[in-house]
Amino acid sequence: MNIFLNLARDIAELWQEYAGLYLTGIWNTLSLAVICTALGCIIGLLCGILNTIPYSKNDNILKRAVLKAIRVLIQIYVEVFRGTPMILQAVVIYYGLPYFTNYAMRFSNIWLCALLVVSINTGAYMAESVRGGIISIDPGQTEGAKAIGMTHWQTMLFVILPQALRNILPQIGNNLIINIKDTSVMSIIGFTEFFAVHKNVTGTTYLYFPSAAIEMAGYLTLTIVASFLLRMLEKKMDGSSSYELAEVDSLTMAAGTYKNPDKTNYFDERSREYKEDK
Amino acid sequence: MANEILQIHHLSKAFGHNIVLRDIDFTVEKGDVISIIGASGSGKSTLLRCINLLETPTSGEILYHGENVVGKKVNAPKYRSHVGMVFQSFNLFNNMTVLENCMVGQVQVLGRNKEDARKEAMYYLQKVGMAPYIHAKPRQISGGQKQRVAIARALAMNPEVLLFDEPTSALDPEMVGEVLSVMQTLAQEGMTMLVVTHEMAFARDVSSRVVYMNQGVICEQGAPQQIFGDPQRQETRDFLSRFRNA
Ligand SMILES: Nc1ncnc2c1ncn2[C@@H]1O[C@H](COP(=O)(O)OP(=O)(O)OP(=O)(O)O)[C@@H](O)[C@H]1O
Ligand SMILES: [Mg+2]
Repeated sequence: MNIFLNLARDIAELWQEYAGLYLTGIWNTLSLAVICTALGCIIGLLCGILNTIPYSKNDNILKRAVLKAIRVLIQIYVEVFRGTPMILQAVVIYYGLPYFTNYAMRFSNIWLCALLVVSINTGAYMAESVRGGIISIDPGQTEGAKAIGMTHWQTMLFVILPQALRNILPQIGNNLIINIKDTSVMSIIGFTEFFAVHKNVTGTTYLYFPSAAIEMAGYLTLTIVASFLLRMLEKKMDGSSSYELAEVDSLTMAAGTYKNPDKTNYFDERSREYKEDK
Repeated sequence: MANEILQIHHLSKAFGHNIVLRDIDFTVEKGDVISIIGASGSGKSTLLRCINLLETPTSGEILYHGENVVGKKVNAPKYRSHVGMVFQSFNLFNNMTVLENCMVGQVQVLGRNKEDARKEAMYYLQKVGMAPYIHAKPRQISGGQKQRVAIARALAMNPEVLLFDEPTSALDPEMVGEVLSVMQTLAQEGMTMLVVTHEMAFARDVSSRVVYMNQGVICEQGAPQQIFGDPQRQETRDFLSRFRNA
């Protein structure tokens, strides 16, 4: 019993002293994760769309070459950023920029670097998800859209992407939760997210366990709230499971018995012709 | 001749080494209701898909009001908006309601404003008896209802020709009738239609011309009375006898 009382006292002490730091850390972690998940989705969306532009043997060589090159580049991007640890990517980018520009350029703002690294990393994961989401929509709908004269882009925008996005929403949620946790590695380049606060605070107080307990509770709260909100969003996007019958005059239901009186259309023209024939 | 909407000349299509269509020639005039019949694999779907440029013909030409639409310079989407197509598997947009399905093409392709598009869509949805269901999503309605919505969606674009690829083959038997009756009404009202079908009664009673395809060629074509009553070719007789015995 005593031990828990001690823990509570230590936590209270830490909180009294460093609440401001912890809260700033939470805020930084949350904003970094949310912004980067959004940016990553945009990157992934672009890659996924570029990756699925159709081409056929009849297209000219230049178009085919460009599209093929795009696919290869995206593949390289995905492999590199999915296949290396984000903590390393952060170091490589943060120290690589000054190194390669002979110290003419460096990240003046640590936010900029962190945003860049996490977005690019998320984008690499989302690129594959989006591509999968797009090709999972049955090609019949694409043909249906083509058959009424919609272009590839119109089909993408109005038919395919809305469904693909709905289908990959769970993966977007996954990425957000992963980002909330994994942005902790950004402390390596000195970004003060939530976990960096723990390192700073324990450096002076040596209260490792009580601080870690605060961190655990903080991260868990963030991720649980995030997954709850995402679940709500999914429900909302699915719409209601039932529909209301529109009120119509029952006489108009049978095929062909209804004629819109105040408009001429194809059929009216036809029937006029028929009358003239007779 | 101003009445000719489509003229197909020497149309061929091969998938790799598999030659699916050979030297197809035929003409679609305004008001024609043409039934295309033939065994499975004879190339009926491929022919319709070529006409709608969903497949690129290997050679030959398709003249739409005298202009060749096969080739790179053609604006395929624009041409397709004049030549509607109804598929065996409906191909409705699952993310949209029935009404939205019938509006999106009008707004995006024809540039109509929403109000006009809605009116036009409602007119045709009423025609096919689907007006009460405008707020439903495709997954909430039956196969026959989906196909009627697909027909309304195609009609709302005011196409000059409608292509049907086995519109009733994916339907439960009790729903075939509702779709065929919509198609029959359209035919009587003068819509130009090309219908690939296994419904021999429809081909015989509704169409103005029947085309029998066999192994990628048009084997025989003529008035329904002639094809069903007095087929000239042995292949046609064999094919039809299978349906009579069934
Ligand atoms: N995309 C494709 N790639 C390769 N071969 C194809 C393709 N589409 C069709 N074929 C081939 O073309 C031939 C004709 O097919 P098609 O679908 O036009 O026949 P069909 O007359 O419509 O038959 P069914 O009555 O079964 O629908 C078949 O041998 C088929 O295997
Ligand atoms: Mg077929």
